[in-house]
Amino acid sequence: MTTVAPNGNRTAFVDNDRKPNGHGRMLRKEDPRFVRGKGRYVDDLQLPGMLHLAILRSPFAHARITSVDTTLAEAHPKVRLVVTGAMLAEKGLAWMPTLSNDVQAVLATDKVRFQGQEVAFVVAEDRYAARDALELIDVEYEPLDPVIDVRGALAPDAPVIRDDLEGKNDNHVFDWETGDAALSEEVFRRADVVVSEDIVYPRVHPAPMETCGAVADFDAVDGKLTLWSTTQAPHAHRTLYAIVAGLPEHKIRVVSPDIGGGFGNKVPIYPGYVCAIVGSLLTGKPVKWMEDRAENLISTGFARDYLMRGEIAATREGKILAIRTHVLADHGAFNGVAAPVKYPAGFFGVFTGSYDLEAAYCKMTAVYTNKAPGGVAYACSFRITEAVYLVERIVDCLAHELGMDPVELRMKNFIRPEQFPYRTKTGWVYDSGNYAPTMELAKDLAGYDALRAEQAEKRARGEIMGIGVSFFTEAVGAGPRKDMDILGLGMADGCELRVHPTGKAVVRLSVQTQGQGHETTFAQIVAGELGIPPQDIEVVHGDTDQTPFGLGTYGSRSTPVSGAAAALVARKVRDKARLIASGMLEVSVADLEWDEGTFRVAGDPEASVTIQDIAMKAHGAGDLPEGIEGGLEAQICYNPENLTYPHGAYICVVDIDPGTAKVTVRRFVAVDDCGTRINPMIIEGQVHGGLTDGVGMALMEMIAFDEDGNCLSGSLMDYLIPTALEVPDWETGFTVTPSPHHPIGAKGVGESATVGSPPAIVNAVVDALAPFGVRHADMPLTPSRVWEAMQGRPEPPI
Amino acid sequence: MQVPAPFEYQRVSTVTEAVTLLDRLGDTARLVAGGHSLIPMMKLRLTNFEYLIDINELHDELGYIRSEPGPDGAPGRIRIGAMTRHRELLESDELAAAFPIFRDAERVIADPVVRNRGTLGGSLCQSDPSEDLSAVCTTLDASCVIQGLDGQRVVSMDEFHQGPYETAVGDAEILTEVRFPVRPRGSSAYEKVERRAGDWAVVSAGAGVWLDESGLVEDARVGLAAVGPNTAGIPGIADALRGQRPTEELYARAGDIAAESCSPVTDRRGSAEYKRHLARELTVRVLRRAVARATGQEV
Repeated sequence: MTTVAPNGNRTAFVDNDRKPNGHGRMLRKEDPRFVRGKGRYVDDLQLPGMLHLAILRSPFAHARITSVDTTLAEAHPKVRLVVTGAMLAEKGLAWMPTLSNDVQAVLATDKVRFQGQEVAFVVAEDRYAARDALELIDVEYEPLDPVIDVRGALAPDAPVIRDDLEGKNDNHVFDWETGDAALSEEVFRRADVVVSEDIVYPRVHPAPMETCGAVADFDAVDGKLTLWSTTQAPHAHRTLYAIVAGLPEHKIRVVSPDIGGGFGNKVPIYPGYVCAIVGSLLTGKPVKWMEDRAENLISTGFARDYLMRGEIAATREGKILAIRTHVLADHGAFNGVAAPVKYPAGFFGVFTGSYDLEAAYCKMTAVYTNKAPGGVAYACSFRITEAVYLVERIVDCLAHELGMDPVELRMKNFIRPEQFPYRTKTGWVYDSGNYAPTMELAKDLAGYDALRAEQAEKRARGEIMGIGVSFFTEAVGAGPRKDMDILGLGMADGCELRVHPTGKAVVRLSVQTQGQGHETTFAQIVAGELGIPPQDIEVVHGDTDQTPFGLGTYGSRSTPVSGAAAALVARKVRDKARLIASGMLEVSVADLEWDEGTFRVAGDPEASVTIQDIAMKAHGAGDLPEGIEGGLEAQICYNPENLTYPHGAYICVVDIDPGTAKVTVRRFVAVDDCGTRINPMIIEGQVHGGLTDGVGMALMEMIAFDEDGNCLSGSLMDYLIPTALEVPDWETGFTVTPSPHHPIGAKGVGESATVGSPPAIVNAVVDALAPFGVRHADMPLTPSRVWEAMQGRPEPPI
Repeated sequence: MQVPAPFEYQRVSTVTEAVTLLDRLGDTARLVAGGHSLIPMMKLRLTNFEYLIDINELHDELGYIRSEPGPDGAPGRIRIGAMTRHRELLESDELAAAFPIFRDAERVIADPVVRNRGTLGGSLCQSDPSEDLSAVCTTLDASCVIQGLDGQRVVSMDEFHQGPYETAVGDAEILTEVRFPVRPRGSSAYEKVERRAGDWAVVSAGAGVWLDESGLVEDARVGLAAVGPNTAGIPGIADALRGQRPTEELYARAGDIAAESCSPVTDRRGSAEYKRHLARELTVRVLRRAVARATGQEV
């Protein structure tokens, strides 16, 4: 890997020698336990007397349950409990709210609505017996016609999936629009050039390495429930359990231990978590539920599944005037989208991209189908992946139509630096950006002009090579509480910082890491503000009894929201330290200068105290200045003023075997601008992961169904995720445009590469296929699908 | 965690012990070698057996690659024990010298973890239509030695494969060895198209070509995987190529025969049309490479 700074310096190696006392490259503090196999995940937890839970799932996509007979399962010698939907209904627990104010069955009572839906559960002495006993439950189903083709979901004769909802007589979930329809129509009418294309973003799955699971332990004596669970949002989950289960919130402790990847998959509350709680309540024992890979793929939160009609209007010279789109969104059997309440389509409204437009408009219709619910933010900060894919694909279609170079077309239409903060035609206020230098750097790194020359030569020889470009602006760090909440919970984040007498510190976060490196990044943020080495700062997170309230980690929100909280709480501590220092040095606070962990007297640098001296003084003997309490700690709840808007320019080079149509990603250049870079090594790691994710979605991943609604992607043999052999040596670079409102100028970056890479790869493949008359081809671009496109029959994947 | 239904497990240390146990337990028992196909199927509860007989200890007895010259300098054969692991097939220079198709194929079979455990015999007995080594053995005109209580029998690959997941090996029998005739002036090659490294083949093709002293094709065999119920050889190709000078036109004719002779179906790996195209394309490629190797133009 190579990293290039804006000044062109290349650093091929990680610089660990600097041991930064703040921002900079340092190895991750959490890695020693992971590389030594000492991580502690939910499934590692063993409690005395713990029982094991397994879930019986529906083999049908749509069927009425006529009877459930549990007699034989209950007779199994190791089975302690069998629970059906009817039993939960008696307790009022058969249904639970989703994150989008719909309801979802915990265990099916009336009908099953997707293959893999939860029907009953068994609690047994070991996990083998629990699994065996599932086969002893006899469920009779009356199969119903399923709704699988999303395009037919609103047909008048389509079976009604959600007849549980009063008065529901179709499969409509919502209509949503943004932008100005009339103005867009007017601009489109007078445009020289209009290009439209049907663009599908297929259903994909986050497929974290660790599947979902929980251990519930209800203590009947003190009435306290402890739930260790795979959650990206322990505080939000606790509040929801309190509301749903009627347990008092102070008697619920949710612990999210080490998490093996989330990617949005661990944002929702799944029926399995609730079943584990019910299992513990009813047996009085700790109960573990850990789903297997197939269960994870077929029943937990999917992402995407948008059918988008994109339209773009421009002048003949290539000035883009307007973009509009119609979207048909497949939400599965229950609307379980994880997004702020006022944003049913997440942040899809940023489909205007990085371009200065005159008008934009989107109309979306969401429907129910007999597929698993979800719509989670799979490394996409709430549907931005779909939005960026749409705009970056349709802009390339325009370039194709105009015969213009795709980089030149983008450069011509970028929002200019002096326009920031920039209000888009759909109402989003981009905080900062400077797009042209980022694009130029990517172009330089790639050797873009030489690549085009190489392509021309190769085409003359019959070889197939493509160069794809994408430029994205993301909107991350949800969010300002005036606009954004999830089920009424504002999206602010708390942070507590305590400096111990010896100058070591503990910082308690409301967000939870699933691999993002919080234990390092947050220590570095505090270190940068207080001058305490990151090694001396303990980061505590993931336990509701140990940390302040906040909404958790997803949508690249940790650094923009919680990172700001960490910086500000450290400044609060520093302000107090300054007062104590003024007493220790017997000068006024105005005469103190801060120098990376030390207060010095202006004009007398020998007179100084370190933050460690101050910490001891704060806890030690002797008087403190008038009105100052002992101790050195602070807490804060940070409400972001706006989202942060990172951007990036990606260039992908692919080769396609003319005989087999197999795509090889030869090179990939990613230049990211996420504002201030706290730990460049962690950023690069996240970018590498996201790019790999993008290769997966572009070339191989898709959750597919047959016409009966059987999920055809229920294992990692069928749902392919990329390996090291499918990805090139990543070439990364960066520019820095700080966020004006974030205390240290940082923006989120965790999802940038997942958002930005699929269009770059698809654009490269389509560019390669231009000689075959191809202007668009949908993901996943498997060899077969590419070959079909080469034969002049590119098919949508659904 | 996916767990199989209950089963009983027995390790055996001799072929006789394995066959005796199979004879007693009948079709309720199954041999497990590398286990990388059987165990996942059991964990998914797609199949289950009451008894698993673990034959990994037979590796000492059945893990070998032996070259035998024929009598009086006549062409000989290579014998490979059924418990020879993928990794051993991949790493054997002796095998690669005689049949480079093995190394070609082993490089694209699954991943190192699977290759460390999976065996030649296990692959053939699993008899998955997409399985690579079946195509290799078909291409090389291998024969299979099957051991029962009453002795051995030897069957051709065509006889061995009786349908998807079905072989000639009876309930109380075990595949012990696979034999490959070595002929002069020949070489072989293998190519696979997969959606991702380690995936099953979309289509794969193997070719073996033997030339006469004047450089004309004496015999040619092509084996295809994933385009029909079994990896069958294509007799029409040998007929069409025999006695001809190897040229691009000839490879193209063979490719056409391959495309016409196969029966692919559309599935998640690709459309039937694409697979038929690949049967043609890959047949051309492997014949071209096999001839280049046989004539010393390529290794």
